[in-house]
Amino acid sequence: MCEEWILKLRDVKEILNADVIGGEEKLDIEVTTAFGADLMSDVLSFAKAGCLLLTGLTNTQVVRIANVLDMAAIILVRGKKPPAETISMAKSLQIPILTTKYILFETAGRLYAKGIVGCVEKVDTGSEQT
Amino acid sequence: MIPAVNKPENTLNNYSFDIEGGNFNTAGTVSMRIKAILKEKGLPGDVVRKSAIVCYEAEINIVSYARKGIINLTVTPENVEIDVADEGPGIPNIEQAMEPGYSTASQQIREMGFGAGMGLHNINFYSDKFDISSEVNKGTSLRMIISATPLTKDLE
Amino acid sequence: MNIATIAKELNLKVISASDRIENNNVKGGYTGDLLSDVMANSHEGDIWITRQVHQNIVAIATLKEHAAVVLVNSCEPAKDTLEKAIQENVPLLISDLSAFELTGRIYNLLKTEK
Repeated sequence: MCEEWILKLRDVKEILNADVIGGEEKLDIEVTTAFGADLMSDVLSFAKAGCLLLTGLTNTQVVRIANVLDMAAIILVRGKKPPAETISMAKSLQIPILTTKYILFETAGRLYAKGIVGCVEKVDTGSEQT
Repeated sequence: MIPAVNKPENTLNNYSFDIEGGNFNTAGTVSMRIKAILKEKGLPGDVVRKSAIVCYEAEINIVSYARKGIINLTVTPENVEIDVADEGPGIPNIEQAMEPGYSTASQQIREMGFGAGMGLHNINFYSDKFDISSEVNKGTSLRMIISATPLTKDLE
Repeated sequence: MNIATIAKELNLKVISASDRIENNNVKGGYTGDLLSDVMANSHEGDIWITRQVHQNIVAIATLKEHAAVVLVNSCEPAKDTLEKAIQENVPLLISDLSAFELTGRIYNLLKTEK
């Protein structure tokens, strides 16, 4: 019998050759969706609870937004190292941060190939709010 | 830091927070606090989430454009009511400002990841009722109402 | 793989420089919205995936010699962006997919080509 393979955060760490900065205790959480952006407004517009946030932004706002939206973890791309205040905020809010050297294109590509999907698949222009 | 205004007890339903314009270090902390309060009160997850998002967008707008502002939170059995008022340049053309993508953000703000021009649009989208008024060279006021259907708790 | 193939596979809407999409070969991809980062780190021949809609994207795409720029989330370019893209003959495309989804699919298309 085949069991459906759902990725855990520790698998994401392996796939991305990532370092874990805070949130080691959460490496067994399951992850199925992701959202990639450098503009925070898009994250607020579209990202869903429980998804991975892939971004090159390292300021504390990223952590606050991840908290506001109940995101599973933050993946910092392009080898970006977050400043101390970002790390301490993430730790106090128990939001895991992983850092990878891969660029966002490579990061999203690898995760997509392993079965992670966008937390939003499509956005229709016509579906703008009334 | 978040100004301590009210005692952090679940019996209170009115909260008020001051926001400093230009302070991106603390921007977002009020929204996080509001989210925690609403969660403590046992409001449904989607109500908490929507409220946190509209607060966050409003808070970032104050920090990005105004000199200072205030966010008032009122929780009733029916609704989460969020009133925002700032002192700042105001908005000359509200309809234009509501358009997705319209932004007057500086380069500095864009480099921080903001200024995509979705703030007011998002607020409108996530609110069940949204009113906005503004006066150039004075400031802007917002009122957002998010319907809260209490599941188990009596909020009074 | 050229832009035309990617556009066809992924249902992308071409809104400028359609005469170049057959010739422009895609060597790699770059996904990002921070312009200074894209300037610093993207490469010639990249397909640039972004939701930035203001006219600076055309200048960057030209300077970095990107194969094309694709706007995600069904974002429409600003009016002067489109005009500039036409003027500079930079292929501009629109996708209704999110950045993550589009990147994933393009990444895998490019991988299967190799």
